[in-house]
Amino acid sequence: MCGAPAQTPTLPAGVDLETETVIYGVVSKDGAPVPSAYVRLLDASGEFTAEVVTSATGDFRFFAAPGDWTLSVLHKDGKVRQQVHAAAPGLTEASLHLR
Amino acid sequence: MARADVLVSADWAEENLNTPGVVFVEVDEDTSAYDGGHLAGAVKLDWKTDLQDQVRRDFVNKEQFEALLGAKGIGNDDTVVLYGGNNNWFASYAYWYFKLYGHENVKLLDGGRKKWELDGRELSKDTVQRPATSYAAKEQDLSIRAFRDEVLDSIGKQNLVDVRSPDEFSGKLLAPAHLPQEQSQRGGHIPSALNVPWSKAANEDGTFKSDEELRALYADQGLDEAKDTIAYCRIGERSSHTWFALHELLGHQNVKNYDGSWTEYGSLVGVPIEKGA
Repeated sequence: MCGAPAQTPTLPAGVDLETETVIYGVVSKDGAPVPSAYVRLLDASGEFTAEVVTSATGDFRFFAAPGDWTLSVLHKDGKVRQQVHAAAPGLTEASLHLR
Repeated sequence: MARADVLVSADWAEENLNTPGVVFVEVDEDTSAYDGGHLAGAVKLDWKTDLQDQVRRDFVNKEQFEALLGAKGIGNDDTVVLYGGNNNWFASYAYWYFKLYGHENVKLLDGGRKKWELDGRELSKDTVQRPATSYAAKEQDLSIRAFRDEVLDSIGKQNLVDVRSPDEFSGKLLAPAHLPQEQSQRGGHIPSALNVPWSKAANEDGTFKSDEELRALYADQGLDEAKDTIAYCRIGERSSHTWFALHELLGHQNVKNYDGSWTEYGSLVGVPIEKGA
């Protein structure tokens, strides 16, 4: 989001961002965060890798690896599909807007 | 076994929430999901504290399982309908577990919690208390549970089906990507295993694919129906989903779930491991 301060995900204790590749972000619709959305992480071939449900604040988080990924979101009020590239271990942010 | 004997739709569930003799049971990886809202009247099982021995790595024993179901108010004659998040991974695991201890009437809610929520169906936060029962379990049915020695003996001889994602199969990831990747064991897969991710057996809303689609899927991936089959994943929950598809929906005989799965196999000293696709 333009001008918004950089957000960082809440991570479990002991997660080493030197080695973990964390893909994270917020699912929103019309500017408001969407809780209980189903977010899928698909690998470079489009195959399912993991799925999480967004928190009360619309947050999601995956522990992946460097490379190309696709995020696919389902919710009763909309869906969205978006590519994301994680260049290296550390944090990669993706904002997803339901349509 | 017909699909209708083991799988119920969300519509059926909604119509039978209050049917005597039908008990809905939620089992999630995220054990707090139930508390945020559940099917009306459903009880909760915690796969970690209720279904696992708290000291050894194994299941609760027969007496503990009897005490658990008794306390939850589940009787031997009840029809148990299991559902949960993660596309029913842990509900499938519980289904297999109920079968392991000989419960007769068990069904899965097709699509689980996800389909229910995507449909916008009602969830309840009411506390559920069912009157206790006196439950009698059977001895474990080991015809559906595989242990490591049998898995090692099956390499190159029987169908080994690794249902993890391709990146876990190849060794790129050590766990599903919603979990931290710092694990002690080695990455890769059991030699000769087919990689048929559990997700290929499900639609995006979490429901199972049709019998025709499932038959075509496993045939295309090279599963030999003339051989016995062992399914595994990381801890045995996703492979329960595939065990359900093969054994309960398609009616394959001699299908076992290896609940030790990659967390056991990938930590064994001296066993063969393959990496790559």
